[in-house]
Amino acid sequence: MTLLSVAGLRKSYEGREVVAGMDFSLRPGECFGLLGPNGAGKTTTLRLVLGLTQPDSGSITLLDHDVATHAREARARVGVVPQLDNLDPDFTVRENLMVYGRYFGLSRAEVERRIPELLDYAELTARADARIQTLSGGMKRRLTLARALINDPDLLFLDEPTTGLDPQARHLIWERLRQLMLRGKTLLLTTHFMDEAERLCHRLAIMDHGRIISIGTPRELIAANIEPEVVEVYGDGAEDWAAATGQQLAERCEKHGETVFCYTHDAHAMVASLANQSEHGDVRYLHRRANLEDVFLKLTGRELRD
Amino acid sequence: MINLRFLHVWRRNLLVWRKLAIPSMLGNLADPMLYMLGLGYGLGGLLPQMQGGSYVAFLAGGVVCSSTMFTASFEAMYSAFSRMHVQRTWDAIINAPLSLDDVVLGEWVWAASKSLLSGCAVLLVATALGVVGSPLALWIIPVILLAGLVFAGLGLIITALSPSYDFFMYYFTLAITPMMLLSGVFFPLTQLPVWAQAAAQVLPLTHAVALSRPLMNGLTPDHVGLHLLVLALYAGVSYGVARHLLRKRIIK
Repeated sequence: MTLLSVAGLRKSYEGREVVAGMDFSLRPGECFGLLGPNGAGKTTTLRLVLGLTQPDSGSITLLDHDVATHAREARARVGVVPQLDNLDPDFTVRENLMVYGRYFGLSRAEVERRIPELLDYAELTARADARIQTLSGGMKRRLTLARALINDPDLLFLDEPTTGLDPQARHLIWERLRQLMLRGKTLLLTTHFMDEAERLCHRLAIMDHGRIISIGTPRELIAANIEPEVVEVYGDGAEDWAAATGQQLAERCEKHGETVFCYTHDAHAMVASLANQSEHGDVRYLHRRANLEDVFLKLTGRELRD
Repeated sequence: MINLRFLHVWRRNLLVWRKLAIPSMLGNLADPMLYMLGLGYGLGGLLPQMQGGSYVAFLAGGVVCSSTMFTASFEAMYSAFSRMHVQRTWDAIINAPLSLDDVVLGEWVWAASKSLLSGCAVLLVATALGVVGSPLALWIIPVILLAGLVFAGLGLIITALSPSYDFFMYYFTLAITPMMLLSGVFFPLTQLPVWAQAAAQVLPLTHAVALSRPLMNGLTPDHVGLHLLVLALYAGVSYGVARHLLRKRIIK
């Protein structure tokens, strides 16, 4: 079965190409991440693959259905966690699940049978009869996730599932998502959090300006795009040190804000030099392994996106 | 091909309405009651007989339609706009295997259903006040259903164009209020200058009142086919336009 396969996908709004030629496909049981800055085209991509908006060109196959003609049928086996909470404020927690299940054509009895397990999954059993307005942000997210599972979908789309949540709530969502993967569900998620992508995703596509600019496992992306070690240098003397010593010892140096990032395969010499310098108190440094954020910032640039 | 998926959306709205059914129905009853008591008896007491009956009887035949108009308009504008734009309920629904067309049809039929209820409440009040002429008045029910579809369709057009709730005031001031005053709800159209009488023939409410007033007073209306045709055209065209505009707004 084809879970999701996208080829040559393009979409413009008012002359601006928001999705500019996307190709990717999902493998069964994986968590695939679309990682990109705001405005990279992540949400539009999701809307396109769900058939909620028409592409200018390209083809999308979702759960063996051609989205151009049979998006509605395909959505019957998909769960969606949208970026903005759209739980129904006119209903309680339990009623939200009930009403949503009926949209899938499930019988009342069938939805009633599924609700206890979903409430348990969302840790909302005690709040089953609470109004939506009384729930915390984390609870709403968990309920949205439970709602997306009401039709026991094969494939789950999550648009920035933890944006706006506090750290505890994020960890709980991550744990719930891993449970789903253990149960064999396939996940497609968009995010701009590196830790989320690194933690959850088997494979990642880094997107910018409507294109996939690099695709692979988090390790592959790091290995392919960036030197393995980074020394961050900051403090009043950072720039002078970088000009005098850093430039020679590192393979690549970038200055961003007050920090100089020095990328290298072997940081021994730099660290020795900095240890010596920092005794005079005007330079501080942090030596670490390169991570996904370094890759992301290298590929998408560091200018501010709104 | 006819499908009944829109009923999921209709039922969702019914379930919400059911939670507040009693105050909502009391409102449906109280509103026309006040009109008929206040205007009907208060103002009507000063008036001579109207078309062979009391002013209350005359008024009941108009208010049954204006009440329908108000309920359908409010539901298709304020309530539907909340679900579309504020609560994003429509977004959630179209992530399920329902299309936007299903949602729009469900909202259209729902707003008409709700206005049917408020029209029926007027009929009930009129019956209690003893101004209903004969069982012919039951034919008012299909008339107000059709009128409900007209004003639900027009309301959804405004919703599709609206950036915010404030926008609805224009429609009320520029369309609903003039229609209320110029469609023969409170006084016979023949009281107006000839040019205004002609202009009033363009308004859908005029045609609804032209059917409901005689039916309320136990008479068979004239030109039934023409009035029904005008209302059916208004309903069908406004629904088509609303659906087109909402597709443009939401599907992009």
